[in-house]
Amino acid sequence: MTSNSLVYLIALPLFGAAVLLLSGRRSDRWGHIFGTLMSAGSFAVGVSLFLKMLGNPTGERALTQKLFSWISVGSFQVDAGLLADQLSICFVLLITGVGTLIHVYSIAYMSHDLDRRRFFAYLNFFIAAMLLLVLGDSYLNLYVGWEGVGLASYLLIGFWNQKPTYATAAKKAFVANRVGDMGLSLAIMIAFATLGTVSFQGVKEHASQASTGSLTAIGIMLLVAATGKSAQFPLQAWLGDAMAGPTPVSALIHAATMVTAGVYLITRSNFIFDLAPTAQLAVAIIGAITLLFGAIIGMAKDDIKKALAASTMSQIGYMVLGAGLGPAGYAFAIMHLLTHGFFKAGMFLGAGSVMHGMNDEVNMRRYGGLRKFMPITFATFGLGYLAIIGVPPFAGFYSKDKIIEVAFNAGGVKGIALGTAALLGAMITAFYMTRVVILTFAGSKRWDDKAHPHESPFLMWAPMVLLALGSVASGFFFTHGNSLRNWLAPVVEATPSHEGELLSPAVVSILALVLVAIGVGYAIIKYLLNEVPQVAPADVTVFTKAARKDLLQDNFNEAVFMRPGQSLTRGLQVADTKLIDGAVHGIARLAIGSGNLLRKTQTGFVRSYAMWILAGAIALVATIWVVTL
Amino acid sequence: MIHQALAMGHTQTPEAVLFWVLGPLAVLSALAMLMVKKAVHSAILLAWIMITLAIFYIAQDAAFLGIVQVVVYTGAVMMLFLFILMLVGVESSESLTETIKGLRPIAIVAALGFGGLLVSLIGHATIGRAYVGLVDANAGGNVQALAGLLFSKYVWAFEVVSALLITAALGAMVLAHNHRLIQRPTQRDLATARFRGTSLARAAGLPGPGVYALHNAVDVPALLPDGTPSQASISATLKARGDVIDSRPFQLSAIENEEE
Amino acid sequence: MNPANYLYVSALLFTIGAIGVVVRRNAIVVFMCVELMLNACNLAFVTFARINGNLDGQVVAFFTMVVAACEVVVGLAIIVTIYRSRRSASVDDASLLKR
Repeated sequence: MTSNSLVYLIALPLFGAAVLLLSGRRSDRWGHIFGTLMSAGSFAVGVSLFLKMLGNPTGERALTQKLFSWISVGSFQVDAGLLADQLSICFVLLITGVGTLIHVYSIAYMSHDLDRRRFFAYLNFFIAAMLLLVLGDSYLNLYVGWEGVGLASYLLIGFWNQKPTYATAAKKAFVANRVGDMGLSLAIMIAFATLGTVSFQGVKEHASQASTGSLTAIGIMLLVAATGKSAQFPLQAWLGDAMAGPTPVSALIHAATMVTAGVYLITRSNFIFDLAPTAQLAVAIIGAITLLFGAIIGMAKDDIKKALAASTMSQIGYMVLGAGLGPAGYAFAIMHLLTHGFFKAGMFLGAGSVMHGMNDEVNMRRYGGLRKFMPITFATFGLGYLAIIGVPPFAGFYSKDKIIEVAFNAGGVKGIALGTAALLGAMITAFYMTRVVILTFAGSKRWDDKAHPHESPFLMWAPMVLLALGSVASGFFFTHGNSLRNWLAPVVEATPSHEGELLSPAVVSILALVLVAIGVGYAIIKYLLNEVPQVAPADVTVFTKAARKDLLQDNFNEAVFMRPGQSLTRGLQVADTKLIDGAVHGIARLAIGSGNLLRKTQTGFVRSYAMWILAGAIALVATIWVVTL
Repeated sequence: MIHQALAMGHTQTPEAVLFWVLGPLAVLSALAMLMVKKAVHSAILLAWIMITLAIFYIAQDAAFLGIVQVVVYTGAVMMLFLFILMLVGVESSESLTETIKGLRPIAIVAALGFGGLLVSLIGHATIGRAYVGLVDANAGGNVQALAGLLFSKYVWAFEVVSALLITAALGAMVLAHNHRLIQRPTQRDLATARFRGTSLARAAGLPGPGVYALHNAVDVPALLPDGTPSQASISATLKARGDVIDSRPFQLSAIENEEE
Repeated sequence: MNPANYLYVSALLFTIGAIGVVVRRNAIVVFMCVELMLNACNLAFVTFARINGNLDGQVVAFFTMVVAACEVVVGLAIIVTIYRSRRSASVDDASLLKR
């Protein structure tokens, strides 16, 4: 079905960004309201489209809109078209819904910032780009949005670019994303070379004709793209530094939406991964590694935002793991993505609220006992906490347990390994999230007298309350009667498989709950019953030191990529200056030198030239003399 | 007799005397031409060499060329040289010290080598060669024979050379032509300039020399009514040459005073 | 007397002229030396005509004179022009090719 209103989803925030950026200081007074309205308008369009889709029969729900013919070169035809199917609309609602809430939150959070208008312009631009990413009907259109969100992310991480470290963090995120972007562009090129088309529909139809090898190549390249954008191992290093951006940005871009684009890409490309088992297995392994990786880093971080960022990394690891488990897992990956969007955005906003009340202090060791001063923040953060560690009936319980269950049931050694990793991750998650909550809200106060903790204004806590409601109810809502799974079925072709079931859902839930209880209990013993030092203790194990340093990922990157790269460029520079320039200058010097030698013969005096003529005449006569005698 | 001697390859004694007197003289004159400082002296010496050569031509049965040599070279060309020397400055003499380092020894050594080679080649080319002489060729007269050649075999070269001569004359005229950079002032311009000048005293024209002085020569400045000499009454050329006579002795009052 | 002696004189005069062209600095003197070289050539031509017994040598000498006359006319005009603009007849002063 075609629909002409799809374009308004993107056009409204894009218009907002353009107006805010082009109108300059004139819109300083009303820019934030305007940006929020544009985002809300987009959300309204999304809801109306969703209702329209609900009214259609299952097989005919997808909406399309062709905007214009973009590329028309021989057999290569790409239209700028939009596609809103069941998968896209989930994202549309998440992006515009959470996005609008965060716009509202930012009005208050950024109220003292001189550049608030620019901030809203970037936020609107991000919403537009992200919507284009999820609404594009071909890989090429998706790629445009993909780059757009990368740019928005860069601009917003470096929003306070007057601090060099923040600007560096933005650059780091951008560079790490470029590696992934290269993977995406390669995937598109391979797809075009082997299948002759880059539209989702076309690739889906022709995928079965391609060889497994090329499909695996496409899959691996798509995975590389996903690891870049979604901060998965081994391209995860940028996410922690990305917390340099304002907290609403961390909540929206680096927790709820942009970083989940990788999961969207993999789920969207299910028709490729289902035909390329090797690539699919790689996806699952990457997810499992990252979920443990992020969880371990999360245990060691004292910066509340970095701890949440590590948690984000870990939770996206769960989603990628789910997406890597094939048709059985796609729906749960998306479900976890949506629930995570609620509770993680809520917790980030809570962290922002805490920072707002604590003079932008981010070190959790200098918080403590804040629940009395910030009751609403504590309540919403606490609900998000219960959701993420997977306590029933909160959202995380439904989505995460399902992923663990599907992992165990994947079969064979693979299933046991992946399932165990996911279970272990759940336990660690429980530990570090409990640590965050205890350090922040419980215990005795550890801040100095300069801080005056207070509850945030209404515009800030209202979005937190709404997100907290989402993190309470969304899991049940999505699972009830398999609603989300059935909704997504036409896109991901999920086939509920219970054959060869290793562990039943009940067993998995009980196992997970036991492990979560262990994690929570250990954290309570360690941080609630014992005194927490204001400065991180230095006499810790090597393992903790490594975790504090993001498991040495930066050191690894520097040693393996940066230093050899620098050596290479230095070598090339030397080769350029010595060899190439040397050759060029050498020729020039030869000409100059010979010219200088010859110049000495050119005195400018007629008589010396006459002398040369005489010499020539002598030579001539001498030749005649030699020849004739 | 002369013809027989020529056939034998030897000239007769009078010619030998002529040669041995004039030949060394010509070479010495040429050397002197190089060494004298003044260009005029060089020109005189060159004229002498040319006359010598004219005599040699006549001695070698080239009477026409000998006359032409005297008329064209010694007459026209050398006079042209002297005329130009006069224009450029008879006084212009150059110091004979060399300014380009090492040029003079190199030039002399090279030229001597060159001369040696030439002499050696001439010797090689002429020793043991039979001499034909011009008796047969000049049978109908030297001028007639030359004219026959010029207007038959060499008529094309003759025409080309005549064109060259005309071109050279034109070229010399073009080179000597003096381009005027600004327009020549008209009488109107001059009159305007006189009245707009610094002083109206110039408006009526310059005083003539010798006026009110007791001397009428052009090299004596005029005396103004107040008795002072006017420098404006004297030609600038005379002033530059220093040929102006002081007019004070001719002042009326001075004379009157003397008489009293 | 051997007529080849005239040739030796001719060679000597030519050599002296060549030295003069290189050594002297006054443009007019240099020009005179060139004339001397031309005259030396003419003497050689006339002598060769006599030795070989035909008048072609004399005709060539005649042409040489005409060409020399042209050369003198143009060359002296150039010298006058240079002198008018530079107030000098020294060939060393006209070394603009170098500077």
